Amino acid sequence: MTTLYEDRSADVPSDVPVRRIAFTVNGVKKIAEVEPRLLLAHLLRQGFRLTGTHTGCDTTNCGACTVLVDGRAVKSCTMLAVQADGHEVTTVEGLATASELHPLQEGFKEEHGLQCGFCTPGMMMAAKALLDENPDPTEEDIRWALSGNLCRCTGYQNIVKSVLWAAEKLRSQS
Amino acid sequence: MYPSRFRYEAPHSLAEAIDLLVAGGEEAKVLAGGQSLVPLMKLRFASPELIVDINNLPGLDYHRADPDGTIRVGALCRHADLERSALLTSKQPTMAAAAPLIADPIVRNRGTLVGSLCHADPQGDWASVVTALGGHVVVQGPGGRRTIPISEFVTGPFQNVLDHDEIAVEAVIPAPKGIPAGGYLKLERRVGDFATAGVAVALETSGDLVTRAGIALTGVGGSTIEAIEAEQALVGRPLTAQTIEQAARLTADAARPKTDHRGSAEFKRHIVRTFVVRILSRVDASAERAA
Repeated sequence: MTTLYEDRSADVPSDVPVRRIAFTVNGVKKIAEVEPRLLLAHLLRQGFRLTGTHTGCDTTNCGACTVLVDGRAVKSCTMLAVQADGHEVTTVEGLATASELHPLQEGFKEEHGLQCGFCTPGMMMAAKALLDENPDPTEEDIRWALSGNLCRCTGYQNIVKSVLWAAEKLRSQS
Repeated sequence: MYPSRFRYEAPHSLAEAIDLLVAGGEEAKVLAGGQSLVPLMKLRFASPELIVDINNLPGLDYHRADPDGTIRVGALCRHADLERSALLTSKQPTMAAAAPLIADPIVRNRGTLVGSLCHADPQGDWASVVTALGGHVVVQGPGGRRTIPISEFVTGPFQNVLDHDEIAVEAVIPAPKGIPAGGYLKLERRVGDFATAGVAVALETSGDLVTRAGIALTGVGGSTIEAIEAEQALVGRPLTAQTIEQAARLTADAARPKTDHRGSAEFKRHIVRTFVVRILSRVDASAERAA
């Protein structure tokens, strides 16, 4: 169980409200005690040490913190951790298995889909949500689906190619 | 960034949620999609003492049409649900055009139309759409339900008429008497930015004539602007090059844009005029194809 309080400074009142939540992260059941104001991104990163979920802008713009909640892409800096209670969360760490990369990860490698890599986890999770819904997207579909994710290296061209690569690989596997 | 401390409740019934709001007084706040409220709390522009999360309330995630054509959107219907809606594509062109232009795809997965109306951002897209459609908001409090026209629901920037113990449960678009037509166009510097300018047009037509016209503007004034004179100029007349041009001019006159980093006032007014022409010309073209 993860117990996570956001602020342990001396002036913390003794009656800080804490809630226990039970949810699934990458297929594993978790219980956590969290302050309601804790954001899902921070619970994942600091509570579970799943630091693949990046916090970029912290203002709901950049999408680096994108995770899937019940299969839908969500900006985890803009959702309270308590709201994950009863839900299934998938982070970028949930893509690969112990032995092999997910086709999206392979695609980003093959097509040089990352430069600094900061936006990459969010790009992959937004792309995962797209491919789950639409296994054969056009380039335009991909650009549309990733339009809430910013890459400050401006490497969009190769990101799109990476997703196309992954889509093809996934189709060939099914 | 973290919000300041608050108590959190996630009730499982509307009655329970309202009880919590009654007990919470002025410092309680309803959380639906949270795509505006959570950022505001992180920036400490809002510091509610109690958050009443309504995401667990059953039966509010719908959007549907009554047999008479009235469209109802529940408080937990997400923008993404509306974006993928076959109902809107076939019955409500203005809403169907606006849904994919709200924020960005990831925000659309959580944000809600009703929450967007409550947030009352003068740059909000849905407020313009619902204004053009003459819609209203159904709210529920301890004393029961009341229905409030959108024009009275929003009282100013980020302000609405809700009492502290009331929850907006549904947005309602009245049944059209004619054939619905129209659209929504928005210029934005990049996906997710506020509109440089947005135009919502909701018409009803019968034969060649416009029988009802609603036109509302986003981002070109301190609030949502309804272009009443342009609406009046269209009603009872056919869409022709002349009436379209007149409506576009009157709409541009109604805009109150300010020069800022998104563009000059003159530029924004020009965009408004262009968008009206573009939306109305498409209506005209589709009418001709159908004939």
